[in-house]
Amino acid sequence: MQQEKLVIQSAPHIHSSMTTQKIMFYVISALVPAAAAGVFYFGLRALMHLLISILLAVLTEAVVQKLMHQPITIRDGSAILTGLLIGMNLPVAAPLWIGGVGSVFAIALVKQAFGGLGHNFMNPALAARAMMLASWPSFMTNWTTPFDGLATATPLAILKAGIPNTTALPTYWDMFIGNIGGCIGETSALALLLGGVFLIYKEVIDYRIPLAYIGTVYIFGSIFGADGLNSGLFYLLAGGMMLGSIFMATDYVSSPATARGRWIYGIGCGLITMLIRLWGSYPEGVSFSILLMNIAAPLIERFTIPKKFGEVSKKNAK
Amino acid sequence: MHLKTFKGGIHPPANKLTAQMPLVTLPAPKRVVIALQQHIGAPCQPLVKVGDLVVMGQKIGEHPAAISAPVHSSVSGKVVAIGPVNFSNGKTVNAITIENDFLDTKTEPIGFGKALADLTDLEIRSMIREAGIVGMGGAGFPTAAKLVVPAGKKIDMLVINGVECEPYLTCDHRVILEQPAVILKGIKALMKATGAGHAYIGVKITMEGAIETLHEVVKMEKGIDVVPLASKYPQGEERQLIYAITGREVPSGGLPLDVGIVVCNIGTSWAVGRLMETGMPLIERSVTVTGAVKTPSNFIARVGTMVSDLIDAAGGYSEEPGSVIMGGPMTGLPQFTTEIPFTKQNTGILVLTKNEVQPAPMTDCIHCGSCIEACSYRLMPLYLAKYAQAGNTAGLEKYNILDCRECGSCAYVCPAKLPLMHYMRVGKGYITAKRAAAKK
Repeated sequence: MQQEKLVIQSAPHIHSSMTTQKIMFYVISALVPAAAAGVFYFGLRALMHLLISILLAVLTEAVVQKLMHQPITIRDGSAILTGLLIGMNLPVAAPLWIGGVGSVFAIALVKQAFGGLGHNFMNPALAARAMMLASWPSFMTNWTTPFDGLATATPLAILKAGIPNTTALPTYWDMFIGNIGGCIGETSALALLLGGVFLIYKEVIDYRIPLAYIGTVYIFGSIFGADGLNSGLFYLLAGGMMLGSIFMATDYVSSPATARGRWIYGIGCGLITMLIRLWGSYPEGVSFSILLMNIAAPLIERFTIPKKFGEVSKKNAK
Repeated sequence: MHLKTFKGGIHPPANKLTAQMPLVTLPAPKRVVIALQQHIGAPCQPLVKVGDLVVMGQKIGEHPAAISAPVHSSVSGKVVAIGPVNFSNGKTVNAITIENDFLDTKTEPIGFGKALADLTDLEIRSMIREAGIVGMGGAGFPTAAKLVVPAGKKIDMLVINGVECEPYLTCDHRVILEQPAVILKGIKALMKATGAGHAYIGVKITMEGAIETLHEVVKMEKGIDVVPLASKYPQGEERQLIYAITGREVPSGGLPLDVGIVVCNIGTSWAVGRLMETGMPLIERSVTVTGAVKTPSNFIARVGTMVSDLIDAAGGYSEEPGSVIMGGPMTGLPQFTTEIPFTKQNTGILVLTKNEVQPAPMTDCIHCGSCIEACSYRLMPLYLAKYAQAGNTAGLEKYNILDCRECGSCAYVCPAKLPLMHYMRVGKGYITAKRAAAKK
């Protein structure tokens, strides 16, 4: 028989169809309903924000990699995802350049400076949000109502301000569908939940982190809120809770990879969120809680390594 | 129904193209090349010289070590060469080439002229040793050595591995469907040889007809049960199989013996059954030739047939081959040539197309945790891969690299397409080198 050139590779010789690129595009598609809801409620300016953030994120990644003489990896979709998340974390009334600055910061400093994809120690989009909030607090808390763009406050801010007349708060239904003031991509719990279900179904994200996070906030909110179980629900629907717990806290790189670690991490995110919301000076605590837990993630992971199979002393066996 | 299984694991596509193809006995080739090492352990020394006439089943190589298995001529004819030939491990092996006279003159049967019921455990073990039977699931550990129960240990269970969890392969499945009575005879002999009071045959639920067929032959037997198992990879990995069936965890660094169990492959029990029936040593076995061949098939082929002949028997390549793999796609060995002899250990020959072996683009580890979830030994492949790349032996030992059984599940699921199994082997190499150096 004629001898062909045969390929020699290490086993296994078959692989699952899941790739890094596919994961990124699954997450991006899962965000599309929430992004579309943002555009629906806040108009074309919201779309401009999203596009500028994405464009700058991709451009920054390409430029940095070019300067560092590294292969350009914008096709893996991770920069698009970071840009999209940054755009979704902006109030629509913020100046259009702000998301671009956030994207440059996220990609150049938080991601590439630490080694690129897989090496960032915190979620780049959240780090950018924290940076923007600290640098331009007035721009970043300039909330407007859906459709007509009148100045308003977020439900959390209303609660924080302690306005005695709680009729100022929107209905739960409006909070669920997203007809409230807030960041472009965070208001519609419905759209975000749809994306979350899709990602869990596709086994892209682990249910443990969102479940632990949401569960903790609900329980904590119900106990310490003014209105029992209703308060628990309020804290779930308000602010960046859904976007944060489903899409930000589940970022692989900056969360623990072990099963037990993910429970602990999710619960930690929930606790810090509620501490900030109830007793902190900021009305919203999702971003900071996740960032703090990002930093704790490697430690949590080290303490939650599963016990290996067959870990019994030979003497005790049988 | 809740099926027994293990924790972790993966679900690769089964691709059992040949499940419906009956075993076809191939005619013996013009010449056979009998490798002198077809087992784990000491390589055999030749017992014949060039020019000698041999008969079918004649012992032509052996080694006195406890962990070894003799080899036999699979045809009758004349020894024409003894020397190194290319081998499936990528190296060479000493082998005896025999020109077939097509008379199939048989050797004297192995045995003591007694029925199974009258044989002692020692006699059964010596017959198995003499017949050169090794683990037929691919590992090739000498079966007779496995059946020796060390002093102070007691074997209460025999676990028969009929899972065939590697995708594509179906030779065990076909043997179950076509030879259940012989398998049963083998299991009885194995039980007697070990003193095990119970035998459990683990079979994957997706092996069509296998559970029913086996159930039919064992239903009248006391102490032999068929256990349906979930379809998951690596269900046939020895320790996970034991865990699934009995709930016992073989201790890390220990052996199945430590929990009172001996595991044998279903193909091994078939080989032992045939030995009990015919007295012939192991000179042929079942094999699946599949993938990108014109007629994916299950054969019974003589040991020493050329792999290229087996591929031709399956109609040859259906398109330009990318890789030719000895064994299944998860753990099989890729070959640089098909001019290598078929051995007792070969469960399958898998041809993958050029397209199928195209490597997917690799990225850095994104820390998704898929490999941790897939690892049935609950290791941290992502850490081990990094430590292996860095040569960090402290890290490799801390995270238990030596507990890895190289099933390939981590590398299968990895979205970054990192060659994790390769890194596991590299890592183990560092540890074995370190320990060897420490001994000196």
